[in-house]
Parts: sequence; structure tokens; C-alpha cells
Amino acid sequence: MVAKFDLSDDSVVVIIGTGAGGGVLANELAQKGVKVVALEAGGRYLPEDYINDEWESFGQLAWTEPRTTSGDWRVAKDFSGLPAWIVKAVGGTSIHWAGASLRFQDHEFKTKTHYGNVDGANLLDWPIDPAELAPYYDKAEAKLGVTRTGDRPGLPGNNNFKVLEKGAKALGYEEVNTGHMAINSIDYDDRMSCQQTGFCFQGCKWGAKWSSAYTDIPRGEATGNLEVRDHCHVARILHDDQGMASGVEYFDKEGNLQMQKAKIVCVAGNSIESPRVLLNSHSAMFPDGLANSSGQVGRNYMRHTTGSVYGVFDKPVKMWRGTTMAGIVRDEARHDPSRGFVGGYELETLSLGLPFMAAFLDPGGWGREFTSALDSYENMAGMWIVGEDMPQETNRITLNHEVEDAYGLPVANVNYTDHPNDRAMRDHAYARGAAIYDAVGATRTFPTPPYPSTHNLGTNRMSENPRDGVVNKHGQTHDVPNLFISDGSQFTTGAAENPTLTIVALAIRQADFIAGELSKGNI
Amino acid sequence: MATKASSKGLTRRQLLARATVAGASFVVGSGFMAARNAAWATELSALKPTTFATLVQMARDIYPHDKIDDQYYVIAVKGYDTADTADEIEAGIAALDAAARGKGFANYLETGWEKDRVAILRGMEESPFFQKIRGGLVTGLYNQKAVWPIFGYEGESYSKGGYINRGFDDIDWL
Repeated sequence: MVAKFDLSDDSVVVIIGTGAGGGVLANELAQKGVKVVALEAGGRYLPEDYINDEWESFGQLAWTEPRTTSGDWRVAKDFSGLPAWIVKAVGGTSIHWAGASLRFQDHEFKTKTHYGNVDGANLLDWPIDPAELAPYYDKAEAKLGVTRTGDRPGLPGNNNFKVLEKGAKALGYEEVNTGHMAINSIDYDDRMSCQQTGFCFQGCKWGAKWSSAYTDIPRGEATGNLEVRDHCHVARILHDDQGMASGVEYFDKEGNLQMQKAKIVCVAGNSIESPRVLLNSHSAMFPDGLANSSGQVGRNYMRHTTGSVYGVFDKPVKMWRGTTMAGIVRDEARHDPSRGFVGGYELETLSLGLPFMAAFLDPGGWGREFTSALDSYENMAGMWIVGEDMPQETNRITLNHEVEDAYGLPVANVNYTDHPNDRAMRDHAYARGAAIYDAVGATRTFPTPPYPSTHNLGTNRMSENPRDGVVNKHGQTHDVPNLFISDGSQFTTGAAENPTLTIVALAIRQADFIAGELSKGNI
Repeated sequence: MATKASSKGLTRRQLLARATVAGASFVVGSGFMAARNAAWATELSALKPTTFATLVQMARDIYPHDKIDDQYYVIAVKGYDTADTADEIEAGIAALDAAARGKGFANYLETGWEKDRVAILRGMEESPFFQKIRGGLVTGLYNQKAVWPIFGYEGESYSKGGYINRGFDDIDWL
């Protein structure tokens, strides 16, 4: 039943990447009868393959091909070759994500309007109104089985959540709960409920957490309209004399260069690889890269203002037990400039196993200050800060011609420098996070620096005016009508919320648009 | 004294320092080292015994956990005992000993107080040698499954059905 399309079949939609964006788009199109070839750089791993061991799983799933870093962000110092912690596999980073599924707040679609001019920030309103996206958020929540939406109950709170909840409520926070999670609290959509196993970041072995790897991908394949080619590493997108995308060149499993013809090309390789593919697709007609007449491809790279706070108590917490992201405090997510910054942030529980705690608690740290913290590992609670960072033109993905990947292609350099607004927000969040734990009797707290980025956003952003961005409100590139961006790189701004739900909502919406344009003969 | 003291009552550094001086009771044969309490023993193939002993002490001083036995630090740095890495490690440890002498000590291993050894390490923490050893320990030490229970960490739980019925929400002191 699984489709097999010919390389010379120029009637197919070629999708690059199979994560929350590409995987959902592939299935949605296939369900509508559109023929799709999905090219995935990684291999296929299903729940039975996932490994509940942090480093071993990292070796199995993470994108570890060379990348370089620059800028003053601490990741460039601590993890200079690993700017991002994202997945290379069928299903992409939807295997690794924690499952937090929050809608953007209305004002976050219109930051230029609401925040005004922020020096050094390249703010812009999304060309979408919140009301336009609302029905797609409904569909996305139903697809992912998001708890506390529809009639789906919330997850039970684990120890780590209970500590957060008690401290947050002691401080007067009101929006404190076990979150909107794409983790089943009851059996739903042929997937079982959460068994509180931990290791959400390593792939859910029960399939209780939604991932395109074992939902949208096999369902799309079952239609006979979707062919997923794994271990296929895209080199570049080709175009014809009219400047329309005509095919995709990729290295197959054996390392041979292939070319799949295409009617439409959709790029969903995450916000580092997606602009890299466009930049690597430069030609005589498009000397600065494909779809880059604005010069915005790769720019406005966002990664959320992040950090963690860990608290040590005099008694055990065992934070690793159960859902990794087990609950949330939303009170600080509002836009309230009286705090000294625009935008807001969420506080979400987080836990790391001992091996990753050693790597991430204070990268580069050593001596008794460091080891006495780890000695209290069992008594730790943890939370992650996820806040809106400012888009800046100079925070960008560029090609590093000094470093090549295994295929001889220049790798991506990720340049990022915190905006003063980002720093002010992070400092505020560190203080509030520490106060939450202090309110429950923490004996020590740790303001832990950002990890390699999992929320990579904005490098092919949506704009009303083609001058300001790369794609329009449908993710269609301004320059090449049959070339689409289908991942978080189309985000105009980052909002305070975890991005996956919005990526999925946009993918469902984009599938409607593409199918409509095809049936109307517009593409 | 040396024969009578309980090994538990001596730090490994003291043991090694005595071994370096006394020799036979600690360094057994050519290139074979054993802790007096037999908690660990290892055969060296490329590094000098004193170099390896100093490396183990350095590892403990970088990530000191009083509840972690020497054997785990030995395992964490044993990978450097190869022909490929021996020259670099010998040179690094020689530099460490030189730094100790610069502060008035006989060598690193015989520098008595941890705070003095840490000061020596602080003086070289930007060096590639220090960063290599420290970076390697992050996985070399903390990714040993055998040390996880010492920290209370339980590792995977899938094989036991997760914690849904095994205490995911058992906190009782809030």
C-alpha cells in the first residue's frame, strides 16, 4: 500500500523533513489525495526502538552533524559545536519534544503593534489574525490529543509538579496546573495513557506522547499517497527557467546523488537546516539563495529566552519520576512592560537524569560548588524558563564555507547574541523561579544557563510585505510560488509558548491551502 | 602505621602518596596498580604509575564526591592509558606537578589540602589538558550506571512499567 514514486514524476509534492511540520503536512496532503514524497535525513525509529538512557538516546536520535556557532550566547561557549538539541529521524523533533501544547496569546501575533519599537529588535506583526488560526488550533489539539482541551482531562501531577505548584501558589500565582500536554491522560486515538515513566525527551516508549513518527507518518503512508524516503540528505532545491521550483537533489542511503522532480517543494527541516537548504540552493538566477530577494533568509533566528532553575531541598523529590514537563505556571506569560521587558515567559517543570544534569547544570563548572549540587540530585526540583526572545537581523543562520558536512556541503553557522530584553526577562525569571522554590524551603537554588536550542524559530519568517520576510501567511515563499516553508522557521515572532502546537496548526492550514491551490490550478 | 591504618581512614591521595614513596605495597609489579583496600586494581599499559595516580587524584579534585569510591574515578580516566594519549597525559601531569612545585609543594599528589590542589587546578583551568580531562569526566564519571544509585538516580523505569503505580507522586513532606 505504501506508495513508490518515480524520480521523474513531476506531479508530486516533495516535503523536506518529517517532524511536527513536515510529517503533519505530508499526512494531511496524502489524506486529501495529493501525492507526496517526504525526504528525511534520519532513520526510522519507533517506540520499541527508543532508548531510556540519556546519552545513548542522544546518540540514536540527535542531529550531531557539524555546525558552528558565534555570538555572545553562552551556548556558543559551552557547546560550540552543538547549537541545537534536535532530532534527525523520521518524526523529527516530535520524538524529543516534551509535549507542551500551548496556543499563542492573541497579542503575540501582533508584537510590533503591542510592543512598539524596541531598539535592536526586528519586530513585525504576523500576517495572520489569531481568529484565522483558531479553528486550526482546534484541529491541532484534537490531532495531538492535548490535555485540558476538548473533553480531555489533565494529567496527574508528579512530585516535581507538586513542589512547583506549592511554591507558585505560595507566591500568589494562579494559573498553575499540569499543563496542556500532547500526552494522553486517558487512552486516545489508538494511543495509550501516560505511565509516568520519565524520559519524555528520549521518545515515549508507550506512544502516550504524540509524535508524527507513529501517527501522521504511518497514516499518511496507509493512504497510498505518501512515500517517505529515510536516510536522504537534501543538498539543494532546483528551479526551472521561470524561477519555479522543479526538483530536489539529495544524497540517498548509499550516498548517491539523486534528483526527485517536483510540482511543489515544502521545506520543513527545522530553523537551522531549512534556511541552510535555501542558501545552499543559490544559482545564477538566485545568487543569494532561493527565495531570498529580501535578504531575510536565515535572519531573525530565535530560540526562546530560556534557562532553568533547580532547587535543592532537605528531603527527596525524585523529579525524574513521571512526566518530564509535568506542569506550568502561566502568570508571567503576559505582556507587562512594568517588569522591565516586553513579552512574557512560561515556567514549566523540567527534569534531567543524572548524566545530563552533570552536563547541563553548570557547563564547565567543577569543584565542590558543582559536586555538592549533584550530591543533592535526589532532593532537586527543576523548572524551565521559556520566554519570548526578540527577533534580531544579526541573529542568523549563515553558510560556513570553512566547514563541510559529510557530503561536502557548507554547514550552518548559528550566530546569536542576547537582546537586552532577553537578558532582563531571563534575570526576572531566574529570580521568580528561585522565589518559588524558596517558598517551599529550598536550601539552594541554581540559575542554570540555556541548553542547546530545541525551539529554533524564525529564519524564514512570514511577512505581509515581501520586503520584510521570506513567506506569506500560508508559508508560501514570496519569490517562488511553488516553494513553501512548513516548519517553525516561518514564525514571524516566537511568542512565549512552546512552538509545536502552532507548527502543527500551520501545517494543517497549509495543507488546506496547497490542496486548494492545486485543485484551482493556481500552482 | 601504613600497615595498620584502615584504608577507609586514609584518603586515596594519601595512599597513593605513600605508595609512591613506599612502592611495593601499592604499585604491584610493573604497571599494575591496586588500592590497598582492593576496591580497585588496574593494569597500566602506557602511563607511568605515578602519572596515573596523579590523574586519578586530579579527577577526584575536579569532581569531588566523598561518597564515590576511587574505582569509579579510575574507570573514568582509564581510557587515557593508551599509546595514543600517553604523551599528552604525561606532559599534562608534568605541567600539573610543575605548577605544584611553583606553589612550594613537592608535586601535585603530595599537596596535602584539597584547597591547595584546587588552587593549582584553577591556575590551569583554561588549558586544553585540564579541559580535556574535565570534559571527559562529565560522561566518564556520571554516565557510569554503577554510580547512579549512589546519587539516588533510578535510571530507566519502562521495564518496570514506569512510576504510575510506583511513586511518581509520593512526595510526603510538602
